Amino acid sequence: MINEMLAYFAQGANWAGESGIPARLGEHLWYSFLAVAAAAVVAFPVGVFIGHTGTGRVFLVSASNVLRALPSLGIMTLLVLLMGIGLLPPLAALVLIAIPPILAGVYAGVANVDPEVVDAARAIGMKDSRIILQVELPLALPLILGGLRGAILQVVATATIAAYVNLGGLGRYIFDGLALYDYGQVLVGAVLVTGLALVLDGLLGLAARALSPARRAIAN
Amino acid sequence: MITFESVSKLYPGGTQAVTDLDLQIATGSFTVLVGPSGCGKTTSMRMINRMVAPTSGRILIDGQDVADIRAVTLRLGIGYVLQNAGLFPHRTVLDNIATVQRLLGLSKAQARTKAHEAMERVGLDASLATRYPAQLSGGQQQRVGVARALAADPPILLMDEPFSAVDPIVRLELQQEVAHLQAEIKKTIVMVTHDIDEALTLGDRIAVLAPGGVLHQYASPIDILARPATDFVASLVAKDRGFRTLSFETLTGLGTTTLPVPGPEGLIDMSALAPGWGVRVNRDSGTAAWIDADGAVFGPHPLVPADASLRTGLDAVLASPTSAALLVDGTGNIGSYFTLADLGPLLRPNEQARA
Repeated sequence: MINEMLAYFAQGANWAGESGIPARLGEHLWYSFLAVAAAAVVAFPVGVFIGHTGTGRVFLVSASNVLRALPSLGIMTLLVLLMGIGLLPPLAALVLIAIPPILAGVYAGVANVDPEVVDAARAIGMKDSRIILQVELPLALPLILGGLRGAILQVVATATIAAYVNLGGLGRYIFDGLALYDYGQVLVGAVLVTGLALVLDGLLGLAARALSPARRAIAN
Repeated sequence: MITFESVSKLYPGGTQAVTDLDLQIATGSFTVLVGPSGCGKTTSMRMINRMVAPTSGRILIDGQDVADIRAVTLRLGIGYVLQNAGLFPHRTVLDNIATVQRLLGLSKAQARTKAHEAMERVGLDASLATRYPAQLSGGQQQRVGVARALAADPPILLMDEPFSAVDPIVRLELQQEVAHLQAEIKKTIVMVTHDIDEALTLGDRIAVLAPGGVLHQYASPIDILARPATDFVASLVAKDRGFRTLSFETLTGLGTTTLPVPGPEGLIDMSALAPGWGVRVNRDSGTAAWIDADGAVFGPHPLVPADASLRTGLDAVLASPTSAALLVDGTGNIGSYFTLADLGPLLRPNEQARA
């Protein structure tokens, strides 16, 4: 099986064309990007609002729990039945799993800013929008990036399901391989997804470090 | 002038923080709100910059109701110093101090120039400008907090227990510097503290508040000490009360003795005071050293300026091996000394206290 996988990687034809590895990788990243971006657009303002005002925490916890409990494959299948084949059903499923970690990161980051610092900001004459932009978000950045990192990893891992409804991405190798009992090809998909997730995680880790100037200064 | 007009604050849940407070804080005065925790002192102060809204009553600044001023505009004109400095951990010292000017619309470069000036004013070394708050000591952080509040040169400064989180030595240093600063810049300062000693040292008017935000006395430090209006105020100032009163008494009317002419090498023969003793003055350091018959040196001892408090004069005499201290007159001339016996008539029981 491992030999079959290595043979697949070694074959030049598998690296070219619309169903080549680079193309599948590109599709996979594209679905993931769309899903995380859409989830961020929803989760970011909600997280900032709840973190800044402190209202709606019960809603936050229960909504997160419901979203986390949803089975991605089930949601996608249901949406396909309702809407037909297309990019939207898998994307919707991916967005739903990306929302809880982003929401949690943004909320926790903003809510955990030292209340005395926020009080000081207000007392010296900052309005709420400035408090959020100049004080709370910069200080929340490490936790926000942490949430984003979690969301990206989960979405990259789960984006394989798009292939289940005849879309591209690295999941193609897995579902095609399963259909053909070609476990070498299944392994190709699994290894590529895992590798992609690890590389992204590493890059995001470096980015998180680079974006915390105050933290870096303290470490020195 | 900051005026509280029958101001009350009732928190939801029934806690009465401030009860019917009437207070007039003169422009340029250093007013201290003092009392135990839960006496509404911080709440009262925070109503001046609308960080807390009164349940009833009004607060006026120079006749204008603060409720009619946009909160952000109002706060930009009032400096605010917090207990733990409340600095922005993600900004450098310089940018922390420049914050208010940036909010007022100054360019980054202009704001930083002003911030450098403010750092100098509060005694912060310029090399700290690029540090982050977490890299500073508690005392330094507090100085940054004061610099941030002063940088935009607001007419009013609010200070919420600004020195309670630093160690006693740094606290004393900061208190002295704030007193100095105030003598120079003459802001209207309102400070909150639970430390009656701090209040008596720094304030020129003190408002004593009891739990529930009830004003018991609003008076000068000497009046608070000499004539506590209620049992509550009396209990607050009970410790060393008589002795502390001396801080507010002058050396006016002190009988002194003229110093003999200095002999060779500046040694002044003090045999008339104590057989065998002499004294030598060091003008550079403003101190004197006593020398006994065997040549043993005691000192340095401080010289007492003529405008010093009775407490300073008494302290100098008590610390001297001959029970005498040298007096510096208004022109810087060191021509006389006084003894414990000379202080006697000034140490009579306080007339105000008897009244």
